[in-house]
Amino acid sequence: MSATVQSRLHLAVTETENDGGPRRFGYRSRERVYQWLFLAPAVAYLVLFFGYPVVKNVAMSFQEYTTGTFYTGEAPWVGFANYVTVMSSSLFSTSLINTALFTAGSIAGQFILGLGLAVFFKRKFPLNGILRSLLLLPWLLPLIVSSAVWRWILDKDSGALNNFLESLGIISTGIPWLTSTSLALAAVVGVNIWIGIPFNVTVLYGGLQDIPDELYEAASLDGATGWRAFRHVTWPMLRPVVSVVLVLGVVYTLKVLDIILGLTNGGPANSTQTIATQSYALSFQNFKFGEGAAMGNILVLISLVFAVLYLRVNRRAVDE
Amino acid sequence: MKSAFTKTKAIASTVTAMAALPLILTGCGASSPAANGPVSELSVVDYYNNEPDKTIIGDTLAACGTQSGVTIKRETVPGKSLIAKVLQQASSKTLPDVLMLDNPDLQQIAGTGALAPLTDFKISTENYPQGILSAGTYKDKVYGLAPTVNTIALFYNKDLLTTAGVTPPKTWDELKAAAAKLTSGGQYGLAFDANATYEGTWQFLPFMWSNGGDEKNIATTETTEALQLWTDLVKSGSVSSSALNWTQADVKDQFVAGKAAMMVNGPWQIPTLDKESALHYGVVNIPVKDSSKTAVGPLGGEVWTVPQTGNKAKQAKAAEIVACMNSDVNQLAMAKARNTIPSKSTLAAQFASENPKLASFTELVKTARARTGQLGEDWPDQATKIFTAIQNALTDKASPADALKQAQQG
Repeated sequence: MSATVQSRLHLAVTETENDGGPRRFGYRSRERVYQWLFLAPAVAYLVLFFGYPVVKNVAMSFQEYTTGTFYTGEAPWVGFANYVTVMSSSLFSTSLINTALFTAGSIAGQFILGLGLAVFFKRKFPLNGILRSLLLLPWLLPLIVSSAVWRWILDKDSGALNNFLESLGIISTGIPWLTSTSLALAAVVGVNIWIGIPFNVTVLYGGLQDIPDELYEAASLDGATGWRAFRHVTWPMLRPVVSVVLVLGVVYTLKVLDIILGLTNGGPANSTQTIATQSYALSFQNFKFGEGAAMGNILVLISLVFAVLYLRVNRRAVDE
Repeated sequence: MKSAFTKTKAIASTVTAMAALPLILTGCGASSPAANGPVSELSVVDYYNNEPDKTIIGDTLAACGTQSGVTIKRETVPGKSLIAKVLQQASSKTLPDVLMLDNPDLQQIAGTGALAPLTDFKISTENYPQGILSAGTYKDKVYGLAPTVNTIALFYNKDLLTTAGVTPPKTWDELKAAAAKLTSGGQYGLAFDANATYEGTWQFLPFMWSNGGDEKNIATTETTEALQLWTDLVKSGSVSSSALNWTQADVKDQFVAGKAAMMVNGPWQIPTLDKESALHYGVVNIPVKDSSKTAVGPLGGEVWTVPQTGNKAKQAKAAEIVACMNSDVNQLAMAKARNTIPSKSTLAAQFASENPKLASFTELVKTARARTGQLGEDWPDQATKIFTAIQNALTDKASPADALKQAQQG
């Protein structure tokens, strides 16, 4: 398509040149049209696949949208009723707290372990490349598969983890990782950390590669090696990458759904219920699409706060 | 200069075409309400996407199609995405000619107006037990019929019970005593599914119903007693607390591995159990509180429906397919092949004698109750309350009575 547009553009240019007379159809305005034409595919794509769903979801959250709506198209407007219902539900505060704990725990674990591994792999040692690519495995597995495997590993009676701990003599009876209200969230966070490490390692490792070796050489001449080199060379140089990793990580983690559904389904007794799982349950299990959309929008708003934060941090970095 | 003008026009029309793209995309799937000419093809959607069900149902559908002189264009979708698919098809007016639904979803979909009542096509609803009919009924009209149904019962490991000197329990007290006696080391007395999904609710219903519990109001003594039984079984260690996260398939795995001496499960597990030559099992009714009570099972199974596609000729043919799927011969054949129970009560005696393994299930489905029989479209809401109460009681977050009261209040 762009090829034809280009040839047309060329044609138009030669025409104007040959014409010479009064410009009935201004060159400038025509150029405008062409500029817009180049933009059109991207704009159309954004409107279709980002604009429409967001607008639809916002509209849905102000409607009584039920299974019947799909057939009849009737969805009465109810104002903020859906928001009031979901936010006054006894589950809302639980979900909100769980979402915060899940996100904070996952990000902290993924980032610290990811950074540690990235720094470790920066050294040269045999099998470095192979080990680093093996580290990507959790990322390559479908989430449904990982959660099914972890569900088995964490099983109380015959799970691999408990068997291992028992054989070491650390515990005498199985720990109910996924069925205790006090442990389930931590277990789910642990699995999510495992899944998130490859992303953190990959991006941070890339950032580390960009730090010139000369800096370390200069630092070592000044006596800064090991921890001090990390503190005064690596960390400041890595900061832009760190902010990208953290903000993307938060946004990715806030919306995590499949891992929790696969591991616990929000249980036991709602102890792993998050805003995302609640939104899913309301829409697709209870068929209350309006309330589900309202819950989803609350999640979008929270993500938006972090996105704005990210933009501000980035701007400040540029200003400096 | 004329050319420049036409070019602008061309650009304008391109832009218009692009703006209209979403409309075209959504529009092109819509089936045109064609003239009522001869019908040669019917589309069918169901969720039997695993073997052997996939082939058994597919062959029966194809045979019914041949009988009615149409070819069947069948699509099988995963169970979890069926409702999403149906809703999407309802909004784009592309519903299939014949649609299978899980019975608790029927009223939800019938409530949208997307289904045609089967009485419109003079399909007989005689000889079906009340429970089965009520599952397919919405506002006094039958919209769906299930050729075969199922329910759940108590499976027990004959060898383990004999070794422990335990007979299959009939009452709750016997169940508690038997389960305690059968628990030792890595082996639990009983396994059931108490997970945070409708499956957990489904497994709890027979305990609740046989004790006179009411799904519309769960904050009652009868339901509290049933939940107290489950809580006692888990707290005493006769049932692993893993039950809080088990699916029915996990429960079966525990039973097959000998880690549970008894389990609550359905006849669809029988093929897997029969593959284990070392496993000797029996099936009895789920125990009731005392001998004055009778067992009531929840009714499982899928109903076949005729969606409102707007094409009368196709709907009439589709109704023939639904009737054919429910013919005596097909009910018996599919039930036998799929380890389910024919739904017509007139076939029960013959079926039970031919398939002794399914005899106790055949007896149970006669009185089994549909989950939506009373609740109708409120089933998802109330089912969520029930499994929430179960989870809160079993994790000790609240006493059974409080858990049920809190859940009922929402």
